[in-house]
Amino acid sequence: MKPYLRLSGLEPFVLTPDIPFVNIGERTNVTGSARFRKLITARDYTAALAVARDQVENGAQVIDINMDEGLIDSKAAMVEFLNLIASEPEIARVPVMIDSSKWEVIEAGLQCVQGKPIVNSISLKEGEEQFRHHAALCMAYGAAVVVMAFDETGQADTYQRKIDICARAYKILVDEMGFPPEDIIFDPNVFAIATGIEEHDNYGVDFIEATAWIRKNLPHAHISGGVSNLSFSFRGNEPVREAMHAVFLYHAIKVGMDMGIVNAGQLAVYDQIDPELREACEDVVLNRKPKAGGTATERMLEIAERFKGGAREEKVRDLTWREWPIEKRIEHALVNGITEFIEADTEEARLAAERPLHVIEGPLMAGMNVVGDLFGAGKMFLPQVVKSARVMKQAVAVLLPYMEEEKAANGGSDRQSAGKILMATVKGDVHDIGKNIVGVVLACNNYEIIDLGVMVPPQKILEVARAEKVDIIGLSGLITPSLDEMVHLASEMEREGFDLPLLIGGATTSRVHTAVKIAPRYTKGQAIYVTDASRAVGVVGQLLSAEMKPDYVAGIRAEYVDVAEKHERAELAKQRLPLAAARENAFKVDWSDYKVNAPQFLGTRVIEDWDLSEIARYIDWTPFFQTWELKGVYPRILEDEKQGEVARQLFSDAQDMLKKVIAENWFKPRAVVGFWPANAVGDDIKLFTAEDRRDELATLYTLRQQTSKRENRPNVALADFVAPEGTKDYVGGFVVTAGPEENEIAERFKRANDDFGSIMVKALADRYAEAMAEMLHERVRKELWGYGADETFAPNELIGEPYRGIRPAPGYPAQPDHTEKVTLFRLLDAEASTGVTLTESMAMWPGSSVSGIYIGHPDAYYFGVAKVERDQAIDYAQRKGMDLAEVERWLAPILNYTPAG
Amino acid sequence: MSAVASPSRKALERLARERILILDGAMGTQIQGLGLSEDDFVGHGSGHACRHHSDHPQKGNNDLLILTQPEAIEEIHFKYAMAGADIVETNTFSATTIAQADYGMESAVHDLNVEGARVVRRALDRATAIDGKPRFVAGAVGPTNRTASISPDVNNPGFRAVTFEDLRKAYSQQVNGLIEGGADVILIETIFDTLNAKAAIFACVEAFEARGVALPMMISGTITDASGRTLTGQTPTAFWHSVKHSRPFTIGLNCALGAEAMRPHMAEISSVADTFTCAYPNAGLPNAFGQYDEGPEDTAKQVGEFAREGIVNVVGGCCGTTPDHIRAIAAAVAGVTPRLVP
Repeated sequence: MKPYLRLSGLEPFVLTPDIPFVNIGERTNVTGSARFRKLITARDYTAALAVARDQVENGAQVIDINMDEGLIDSKAAMVEFLNLIASEPEIARVPVMIDSSKWEVIEAGLQCVQGKPIVNSISLKEGEEQFRHHAALCMAYGAAVVVMAFDETGQADTYQRKIDICARAYKILVDEMGFPPEDIIFDPNVFAIATGIEEHDNYGVDFIEATAWIRKNLPHAHISGGVSNLSFSFRGNEPVREAMHAVFLYHAIKVGMDMGIVNAGQLAVYDQIDPELREACEDVVLNRKPKAGGTATERMLEIAERFKGGAREEKVRDLTWREWPIEKRIEHALVNGITEFIEADTEEARLAAERPLHVIEGPLMAGMNVVGDLFGAGKMFLPQVVKSARVMKQAVAVLLPYMEEEKAANGGSDRQSAGKILMATVKGDVHDIGKNIVGVVLACNNYEIIDLGVMVPPQKILEVARAEKVDIIGLSGLITPSLDEMVHLASEMEREGFDLPLLIGGATTSRVHTAVKIAPRYTKGQAIYVTDASRAVGVVGQLLSAEMKPDYVAGIRAEYVDVAEKHERAELAKQRLPLAAARENAFKVDWSDYKVNAPQFLGTRVIEDWDLSEIARYIDWTPFFQTWELKGVYPRILEDEKQGEVARQLFSDAQDMLKKVIAENWFKPRAVVGFWPANAVGDDIKLFTAEDRRDELATLYTLRQQTSKRENRPNVALADFVAPEGTKDYVGGFVVTAGPEENEIAERFKRANDDFGSIMVKALADRYAEAMAEMLHERVRKELWGYGADETFAPNELIGEPYRGIRPAPGYPAQPDHTEKVTLFRLLDAEASTGVTLTESMAMWPGSSVSGIYIGHPDAYYFGVAKVERDQAIDYAQRKGMDLAEVERWLAPILNYTPAG
Repeated sequence: MSAVASPSRKALERLARERILILDGAMGTQIQGLGLSEDDFVGHGSGHACRHHSDHPQKGNNDLLILTQPEAIEEIHFKYAMAGADIVETNTFSATTIAQADYGMESAVHDLNVEGARVVRRALDRATAIDGKPRFVAGAVGPTNRTASISPDVNNPGFRAVTFEDLRKAYSQQVNGLIEGGADVILIETIFDTLNAKAAIFACVEAFEARGVALPMMISGTITDASGRTLTGQTPTAFWHSVKHSRPFTIGLNCALGAEAMRPHMAEISSVADTFTCAYPNAGLPNAFGQYDEGPEDTAKQVGEFAREGIVNVVGGCCGTTPDHIRAIAAAVAGVTPRLVP
């Protein structure tokens, strides 16, 4: 009996050599089909079954079933759907592929099918023990398996990694466990090619060669892959994608790929592809040098538009500027952010120039000056400037080797920069998008940037400043404790006798804080608050100009003295209530007939079944545009008269990257959520270990507004929204993170001289974390806590928070005390379950993380505690068992008095 | 899997390569012939009082006779052994908590399986003492009276009256009892829903792993309709693919519509299975009174053809067959070359 893969539904399926390729239907996959996802989410199983039936009728030999969707109970949906299929002989005829990233879903599926299915997938990702365990269960249930080329260190990208991991898996399965080799299907990972990132160019070849190796060296094992990933950079150009798939499969099948998930509608017939297009596809798939010159990706991009066809009007690119003189071409490329020809143009300019440096000081600087002028005049916007910077960097990269050579030969002179600027995110803080943007914009203006990264200790900043003889130090920070770090650094600069300008920027910084708290500590130099990147160029320009500096600094000083005085007067004028009086005026809820249902579970639960494409639907894009200094509300901003065009381009760039994020799983989202029986006691929220509310688990301390209120408005504290003892109530907590992967990916872009990509991926990671928080909150309301089970808001309607309940975060206005995160993290065991850690300033690392507590009362709302008085600080310190001095340190930004000492 | 093959597997495989092996025949027909009353079933009057109690009447709970009428059961097993059976099944077709729930006898399940294996062992040892031939105890595992792949409620096709997990637990108890009582083989039989059988296989794998020794499994489906499929709709080959992972000693068919109707399905299984095959049909179709009247020679003639056709390695009888049928079958296949495993 030949060792063929033998599967069954109601009928047998044998993968014999005369079947060259098994196409696995993926229309019953919620991650692969939006339509199916909607049907399952809406529980329309009748229509969902029809999708499966169509697929089988259209010849699918195996159907892939995947229910990994954040909003549904994947396990229950898998069981329900498989049970329903069992009653439909026309569907149950064929074997199923039980597809999930969660083993518990797979196992539940295995318990529902009488035939022999394929499990998709198992891997060495979580180590050998887990792998063996899952494989042994597959043997006991009777299933073939897809083994992903994935191990403890990650997904295999190179040929060597692919074959190493597959060989290791094979040895464990076949030699050590007796797993039938014909029941193993390796998935060596199809990745996107022709992305413009050089490291991706060989992905097609790596897959094909790994396939050949596996077929030769790991007898009887099969090869499968998700083919559509390959062509992601050509989304929207279906004819080109189809051609790429056909060419890829042609080569992969030839060496033994015998299964795959391919959208049948997305496949051209190899022989019928236009020869020119086919050759371009062969070049990118096989990573060959095109006969026509240039790189395969460039060639593909060049011709792709022509084959786009279809109903869309063919977009003819205007390339007349290519006829212009070299200086104008470079300027055009810089202003328009076109990288396509810059290397060749730079090379041309270099050959014409006396010295390579002259190219920088000549046409490149001239072009960047135009960019700077347009930006200054509000005719260019930040995203465009960052793209210009990318062009500039790539041009400089062409010149650098020649400059080094020249220097080695005759000690030639270095490039003259307009000034050296040190940039750093302060100790304890991890946020750096804003800092990076400022760095890019300044670099565009010929300043040399020394970027020390995030969480930089003050001593390091000062050491580097001295050693590198920098002209300016720029500090950035996002969370409130960073304000104190900046004050501290200012004092240190004073003490060590510095007199450099100190720039202050970041979300929580402000002109007032800089004027009142930072500037007075640094009298030898000047601390200056910078609103955003577009202002940075002007500020730096004036500070580094010998003529302008004295007047400019004098003006700032006078302004800050004025700001500080006004601030003091305003604060004095504000009536603050003593804490006791504020408590008298608390927010009053009638708890007499309050009933809230109990959450589905008490304690914590890790949520791992995140679907990157589903999360994307929950993204609130308005803050994304703010990151890029485009101010306006999405989607209206896309039609904005002034910024619309830029916003549309930026949005489209974001969408392009988003698709890669999803297709290539750039982020690894994780979350933990918990619920506890809770009751308010005064201004505190007590959490209990169990429903009997006997043993206290923890206390969440809250702060009360002390501003004197008009018109009977209450002085509210979060504890007001939680029922007092005697009435059942609950409080939840959560931590979500898009994962630490963003940092590495951003680094990769940076190394490829692509700051635009680097900033973009971080901006998207931030949006992901926020979207996850929104999505999880919805799931909490509808399912996990369930008090809003009948809620029917669409994802984009959630942005206005129309729903019941709030999720305030420690460190934000409703609870400005960052140290409450320690309690929250302990309750959730968040570090172990999500990998998110707290820095000494209570910033969450990785930066794209969000935490908070859930309060479910219908009247609960977001508010700002604003300033607190000493009586509350003392009371709070006592309740919390913390030294007053420590409380005052953490609450420094909101204290309405100057602490002693 | 870390369990090693038991000595019984090696012995059976060696014998099966030498000749066609004989499995025993029906229990039900023999028990009916005893004409037992309710009192006899529960062990009042004649027999052994059962320490397990139920408020349900027990007449018809054939498995319970292992505990209440062990001598009678042993005698039936002994007759089959002397008629030529190499492998004799335990009287435990319904000895699971799921099937015994009908009689309120769930508490007896463990004892039924342990004693069920022991009583066969005793009968076989007596026979072997007479003729010196080795014989094997097959622990019989039935399908239960519930199905994991079909909803009993036509209006709710996603519903299941029993889950894989329920079945796995019940089978686990049964299989462990049978092994404890000394079974040499586990025979999962009369499979009308392959998912039930897969739960039984899973339970076996777990039990074997726990003991470090894997007994040989015999897997036998039943095809009861003219379409040539199991009740839950699988073709014979699809059925084989679904249970192949158990690496059974034999795969085959039993019960159903008699030998003639079984032949083409048996031929199909024989052509695709890379292990030994086994067929034990009913004595033809039941008559209007639900009785089987195909005589020993008729059944033996058809089963003999299975043998000459080269599609079987083990043969026996199911409903309606008697020690005389088995004797006739043994004679019909004697000297015929056994099927060669492809």
